[in-house]
Formats: sequence, structure tokens, C-alpha cells
Amino acid sequence: MSAVTPEIQRISGMRRFKDKGVQALVYLAFAIAVVPLVSVLWLVISNGLARFDMEFLTHSMRNIGARDAGGGAYHAIIGTLEQVALASLISVPIGLLTAVYLVEYGTNGRLKRSISFFVDIMTGVPSVVAGLFILAFWILILGMPFSGWAGAMALSILMLPTVVRSAEEMLMLVPNDLREASYALGVSKWRTIVKVVLPTAFTGIVTGVMLAIARVAGETAPLLLTVFFTDSINEDPFNGPQMGLPLYVFDQAARPNDTAIDRAWAGALTLIVIIMLLNLAARLITYWRSPARKR
Amino acid sequence: MREGGSAPLSRSAFRRSRGDGPFRYASTGAGILLLVIMAAIAVFLIARAIPALQANTASFLTELTWNANASEPKFGIGALAFGTVVSSFLALIIATPIAIGVALFISHYAPRRLASFLGYIIDLLAAVPSVVYGLWGIIFLVPFMRGPSQFLNDYFGWIPIFGGDQVVGKSMLVGSLVLAIMILPIIAAISREVFLQAPKLQEEAALALGATRWEMIRMSVLPFGRPGVISAAMLGLGRAMGETIAVALIFPATFTISFEILSANGNSIAANIANGFGEANDIGRGALIASGLVLFIITLLVNMAARWVISRRKEYARVAA
Repeated sequence: MSAVTPEIQRISGMRRFKDKGVQALVYLAFAIAVVPLVSVLWLVISNGLARFDMEFLTHSMRNIGARDAGGGAYHAIIGTLEQVALASLISVPIGLLTAVYLVEYGTNGRLKRSISFFVDIMTGVPSVVAGLFILAFWILILGMPFSGWAGAMALSILMLPTVVRSAEEMLMLVPNDLREASYALGVSKWRTIVKVVLPTAFTGIVTGVMLAIARVAGETAPLLLTVFFTDSINEDPFNGPQMGLPLYVFDQAARPNDTAIDRAWAGALTLIVIIMLLNLAARLITYWRSPARKR
Repeated sequence: MREGGSAPLSRSAFRRSRGDGPFRYASTGAGILLLVIMAAIAVFLIARAIPALQANTASFLTELTWNANASEPKFGIGALAFGTVVSSFLALIIATPIAIGVALFISHYAPRRLASFLGYIIDLLAAVPSVVYGLWGIIFLVPFMRGPSQFLNDYFGWIPIFGGDQVVGKSMLVGSLVLAIMILPIIAAISREVFLQAPKLQEEAALALGATRWEMIRMSVLPFGRPGVISAAMLGLGRAMGETIAVALIFPATFTISFEILSANGNSIAANIANGFGEANDIGRGALIASGLVLFIITLLVNMAARWVISRRKEYARVAA
């Protein structure tokens, strides 16, 4: 850019070498990081397509022996959809209200700070611990059966912090002028929140919720401990063991024969398709809505 | 969101703020519920762990084997905790340099227009479910790593961690590699945010004084970002410790204490829970819950430390800005 005298460039030989060396390393780091992603996606797609057929999507594993071909993941797909829907039903209202508390009601007191702190800590709760908690509390102490509902409760613990954080961010983006205009018209605080603040932040919140769903849809460990296994179709999430897609993949992957491994790949493909669609939908919503509304 | 406020409206319709009270209580209550859940996790895990710990005939903290389902239960966290910590640190050592490189690439090297898209690609790594990494690990990575593992053992066997007589496919090294892939996106994402916040004026000043790009990064970006990168790495460490299904499929699930990462060593608290739950009896389940409690406490401490570092950094950032 600016005129550099030749002498300076001559003494900077070593420095230039270092600069280029680091640049090469940084590019290399990125390339290394992309390799596993490409490898995983490639293998999931190429191996998964072998069994990704109508039978797979519409049949369960009932009466399918360990070495048999055929069978499908219908029971697992149903289970995952129900469990994730129930988990959202639990965690979205609680998460949203918590975000409302943090942004609208919480003064900078001890309660607000500790809730905010523990939301962060909760993001780090291992998924297997969430499963163990529901196992201990719901199944062992209250004596309830393994069920999709128990799995949904475990998943909702993992969803909650993500929902709170994203909703909180969106609520903070709502300009204060809107709130003040509403107060000036004599509208009470809670009506302002419900009628003005939340609708303004709505698309952002929806995006956050979808990303949270995408995050928990692939969780296996909590389901293993709370939903247990079944090879049959169980459409009732409140009664008896269910199946979930991640659990299905885990179950099939642990079996040593090729037909099971094929099913595992097809299950993995189904799972990744569901998660990628959720991710994509979330991105599209932000993309479409944000320029028109200017946040 | 609407029912939260409209139902109690009639009850307190003519009070000062018309339903404001109930809505405030509902939202405060939701926040408190969150704290209650965190406390309940600890309480219920402890409640179910105690009977199993009382039935234990060995010392829970030092015993290496895990025979929790026997008529005379004998189990301990020793080997599992060792495997959890060693494999997570190994993953951290592999992932952190790459993650820092990725973060620098996106924040300071990649073309502006592509940067957010490339960041999204790295985020996709985090969207792949754990079980898919596990499947990929046992079917692809385990056979793939056999050659390199043998090579390391043949030529670098004099380094203790690569030593051992028998090189196996399902080793701690392969498990840690998968863990590294899984924690890379979170470390990269946080580091990237921190690097992007580095004071622009300092960067420009460094460049104006004739610094190369690397010198500018070394002098202004890295010192500013160091606390952030450290806490990102700690969050990654917490993730790696709690990661379950991928390592349950890959680790050889032995109960040994050995640093030989190419031999049949490697297990973790989380993997043991996933592998052992199916055949566990009542005491066995209690024992697994006890081990989960240990995992919960370790990850809690790691996460708290990480958050503490981050919160300190935020104050620095405000001062700098």
C-alpha cells in the first residue's frame, strides 16, 4: 500500500518467512478441520443410501433377527419426533419465561446474576448426566416406567440453556423505544412484553428454538437411560419403552454383522437429514426476516 | 407465552399493574426453577448413589475394577476417572492448536465475504450427532488408524505413551481423536469471537508501523485473546469429559491405568455408563449413578472455572473498548 523502501524489505527476509509460514499453518489448520466433516458426511451419504428406502422409513425392527436384512427405523423416527416435540413443549415456555425474567424483570441483583451464571453452567451439563438425573428421579425414585416422556424430560434439560440464551439475546435486541412508547400509551409492563417485545423478537426466538432442537435431536446418552430400547412401534410416548433415531444407530452399530451396520448408516443419514433441515430452516428464517424488519 | 399472563388477569385485574404481578412471578419462577433443576440433579444423584456406595465392598475412590452387579459389589472410579481425564486432555492437546488456527483463519486470514460461510462450515462439525461420530469412528477411523498407530509404535515406541507390545485398533488415541473433532468447533467458535473483538486500532497501528500480519497477530490479537482461548479450551475439556456415545463405541472399555495410548487401554466414566447400563441391576445402576455424580462435579468445576475466566475477560474488553 504505502511506498516501502527496498532496504526494509531486504532485512525482513526472516520475518517474511515467518509470516508466510504461519499463514500456511493457519490455512492448513482449517483444511485439517474440514477433512473429518467431509469424511463423515461422505461416508454417511454413500453408505446410508444403500438402505435408505421406503421399507426403512415405514417398517420397524419387529421380528427382524440379528442377521436378517430388511427392517427399518419407522419406530425410531416416530419416537424421535415425539420426544423432541415434548422436550420443546417443556423447555420453550420455561426458557422463554426465564429469558423474560433476565431481560425485563431482573434487576442487577443476586438472583439474576446467579440464574444467568447457572444458565451458562447448565450448557456444560453432560448429556449422560441429564439422563442419569431423570433415571434417578423419575424412574428409580418415583417408580415410573421407561418412556418417551422420560426421555423428553432429559432432553429438555439440555435444551433449556440454549433456549434461554438465544431468547435472551433476541429480547435484548428489541429497541427500548418500543417499550417506552408502549408504556407511554398506558400499557402495563406484562402486556408490553406479551404484545410488543415478544412479537418483535419472535423470528429470532424461533430460530434459536430450532437450533436448540437440532442440538438435542442427535443426543443418544439421555435416551439410552430413560427411553430404553424397543424393536416395535410404540406411538404412545407416555407408556413403555420407545426408540429414538440416535439410539437406533447406536444399537445397530454395536451389532457386528453387515446388515445391521447398513441399517446404522441409513439411520445416521436419516438423523443428519433431519438435523440439517432444522438448521437450514433456522438459517432461512433469519435470512428472510432480518433484512425486512431490520432486526 | 400468552397463557402465562392472560389467565391470572382476572384474578388481579384491578390491582396496581393489572396482571403484571402474576406474569412477573411466572417469569421469576421459571428462572428459579432452573436453579432448582441444577440443585435437584445433584440431590437425586446423591440420593441414588448412597445405597450403592454403602453396598460397595471396595473403596469407591481408589478401586480400579467395576463389578457392581455381583452379589458382593466391588467397584471404584479409579480407572474410569483416569481414562476420562487422560483422554480428554489428549483430545484437548490435539484440538486446541487446530482450533486456534481455524479461528485465526476465519477472523484474520479468510476473505471477508467467505468468512461467515466458512465459520458456518466449522459449526456444522458440531451439528453432527455424537452417535454418528461413533459409527464413523468404529467403521472408518479405527481401521484407518491401524497403520499410523503401528508406525508410531514401531518408530516412536521409546516414547512411553506410544509404547506397549500390542497395538490395537480401538485405542485411547482413536477415541481421543474423535473427541478432538467433536470439541474443535466450540473452541474455534469462542476463540473466533474473541479474536474478532481484538482492538482494531492496535491492529492497524501495528500494521502501520510495518509489522507483518503474523507480527500484528502475535502482538495485538493473541495477547488480547489469550484468556478467551483458555476458557474456550476449558469449555472444550468439559465437553470432552461428558461425551458419551462416540467413546462408548470406540474405547476398548478396559479397567487399566496406563499411559500407553496405542494399547488396549481407555475407558471413561460416561462410556462405562452407556456400556454398563443395559445389564445393570439395582446396585449396578446406583453405582453408575455414583460415577455420574463424579462426572457431574468434575464438569461443573471445569465449567465454572472457564466461565470465571470469561467473565473476567469481558471486564477487560470493556476497559479496552
